Amino acid sequence: MTAKFDLNDDNVVVVIGSGAGGGTLGAELAMKGVKTLILEAGGRHEIPDFQNDEWGSFSQISWLDKRTTSGTWRVAKDFSGLPAWIVKAVGGSTIHWAGASLRFQDHEWKARSTYGEIKDANLLDWPIDGAEMDRWYTIAEDRMGVTRTHGIPGLPGNNNFKVLEAGAKKLGYKEVHTGRMAINSQPRDGRGACQQIGFCFQGCKTGAKWSTLYVEIPKGEKTGNLEVRPNAQVLKIEHDASGKITGVVYADKDGKQLRQKARLVCVAGNSIESPRLLLNSSSSMFPDGLANSSGQVGKNYMRHMTGSVYAAFDKPVHMYRGTTMAGIIQDEAGHKPERGFVGGFEMETLSLGLPFMAAFLEPGAWGKEFAWWLDNYDKMAGMWLVGEDMPQEKNAVTLHATEKDQYGLPVPDIHFDDHANDTAMRNHAYSQGEEVYKSAGAMKTFRTPPYPSTHNLGTNRMSEKPRDGVVDKNGRTHDVKNLFVSDGSQFTTGAAENPTLTIVALSLRQADHIASEMSKGNL
Amino acid sequence: MTESGNRAGLSRRTILKTAGSGLIVAAITPAGMILGRKAWSATAEALKPDSFATLVQMSRDIYPHSRLEDKFYAAAVSALDAAAKADEAVKKALEDGVAALDDAAGKAKGAKYIAIDSEDARTSLLHDIETSAFFQKVRGNLVTGIYNNKEVWPLFGYEGESASKGGYIHRGFDDVAWL
Repeated sequence: MTAKFDLNDDNVVVVIGSGAGGGTLGAELAMKGVKTLILEAGGRHEIPDFQNDEWGSFSQISWLDKRTTSGTWRVAKDFSGLPAWIVKAVGGSTIHWAGASLRFQDHEWKARSTYGEIKDANLLDWPIDGAEMDRWYTIAEDRMGVTRTHGIPGLPGNNNFKVLEAGAKKLGYKEVHTGRMAINSQPRDGRGACQQIGFCFQGCKTGAKWSTLYVEIPKGEKTGNLEVRPNAQVLKIEHDASGKITGVVYADKDGKQLRQKARLVCVAGNSIESPRLLLNSSSSMFPDGLANSSGQVGKNYMRHMTGSVYAAFDKPVHMYRGTTMAGIIQDEAGHKPERGFVGGFEMETLSLGLPFMAAFLEPGAWGKEFAWWLDNYDKMAGMWLVGEDMPQEKNAVTLHATEKDQYGLPVPDIHFDDHANDTAMRNHAYSQGEEVYKSAGAMKTFRTPPYPSTHNLGTNRMSEKPRDGVVDKNGRTHDVKNLFVSDGSQFTTGAAENPTLTIVALSLRQADHIASEMSKGNL
Repeated sequence: MTESGNRAGLSRRTILKTAGSGLIVAAITPAGMILGRKAWSATAEALKPDSFATLVQMSRDIYPHSRLEDKFYAAAVSALDAAAKADEAVKKALEDGVAALDDAAGKAKGAKYIAIDSEDARTSLLHDIETSAFFQKVRGNLVTGIYNNKEVWPLFGYEGESASKGGYIHRGFDDVAWL
């Protein structure tokens, strides 16, 4: 059933990465009849391998290769070697994502035009818009089984949602519900309904949550056109004298280097590894890295404005029971500059188990007050704040000057400074989050700082003009005809919404473009 | 080209080491460690029994939970003892840290750290050293040594693994009734 391609097969489309971008693209291309090989750096862990154990799962699936951090963001102080909390496995971060599937608001495709000139921000409009993306969102929502779309009912509210909802309504918020979630509220697409297990971040044990691992990739493999090669970490993309991509060099599980030929290459390794790979693929023809004539590869790194508010009540909540993120307040998502910042944010339920709460509530803290919070763990409710952050050229993924990885290649350094707009938004969001819980009767509230980044965006951004970004409106690099970018690093701006649905929609659209160009003989 | 790194065991160390905690040892609680109060110091294999006892008191002062018996703090300190057994430098760092803490306690209160009755006085001594590698090693060890010990989870109302029990769909995912 699954295809098996020869290293010298130069007719195969090579996709690097198997997450929301690469996994969707590879499967869709295969379903369109295109011979496709996905090279995935991590191993293949199936549903029975997932663990309802925070640290156990963390060590099993996280991307733990060496990385460094710089800048004033607090993550650089608390988790200097772990800038991002993402997955290294087949399925990528669709294994640990929470399932929130929100469309961009129309104005968010045009951030520069809508927000105007923002000091120290490198804002740009996307070369596509909401009208163009509507069709692809509709297909993606159907494909992923997003609740509250296509007649799919919402998930039932768990304890954490009920507390959020009670506070939000007392505070006067109107748009409060259990979210648009790519988690089955009823059996669909051969998968069962959510059993309210919790542990969404550790891999869904029932498969009710959409993931490329067990939804898209098996469908692609069934066509006979798709091979997924795990434990294959791509180190370099190669080209010929004309600048055309010819293949990639990757390391297998034993560290042995192999050369896979390719008809074209699609990079989908997340917003840290994708630009790193382009930079590490420099050559005499492309001394600053592949597809980097603009100098924008690795730049404009975005991670969303984030933060969490936890609250302790005088009665039990057991927030960890049930779907982690099936709860949202959307009243703050719009662009209302009278709040003192541009763009908006979402307020979404979130819970951590006791082990992660101890590590993330206030990293480094100790003493009576910290212990008080954990003493009240079962009476806590929690929310995550996620909003649009400003792209800044200085926020960047660069190659470290001296540190090398296990293959002898420069490790990525992730530099991030909050923009003044990010800070203003975070302070407002913290304040509103605390008000929600106070309205529900909280004894105390707590402002938890950002976790290591889960939404990594923008480092190969899409632009109309080649000088402003790395890829065009189809994700094709401006500089190299048969090289595409297929993950969140394409994002011109981040919008307020969790990015996975948009990554999937862009991948489906890109697959259509690639298959069409191939059939016309243009690729 | 070197071989790819060994991923097993990287997890807690990777994240918590970078959290400024210095060396982190595996902090899984030895199974079946049921010990009477104060008797645990006799289990020290590398550290001096008095030093072990001081580290237990220090651990309780860092994350004070009246609901936790000493045995849970002792189990966490056992991980430090194991690290000391495996590495002479770790042993020296811990013994030196305890000695310095006792020295500071003597100057401030005329007693060893463990003999100071006032929790506030002991905590004050810890605040004086909270940026030290010694303090961060002891604190970092506790983040998993206490809170990732499955035996303490029920004491905090955390239920752990739920998939094998069918999740919470019929077991109270929406049972909050006081709102």
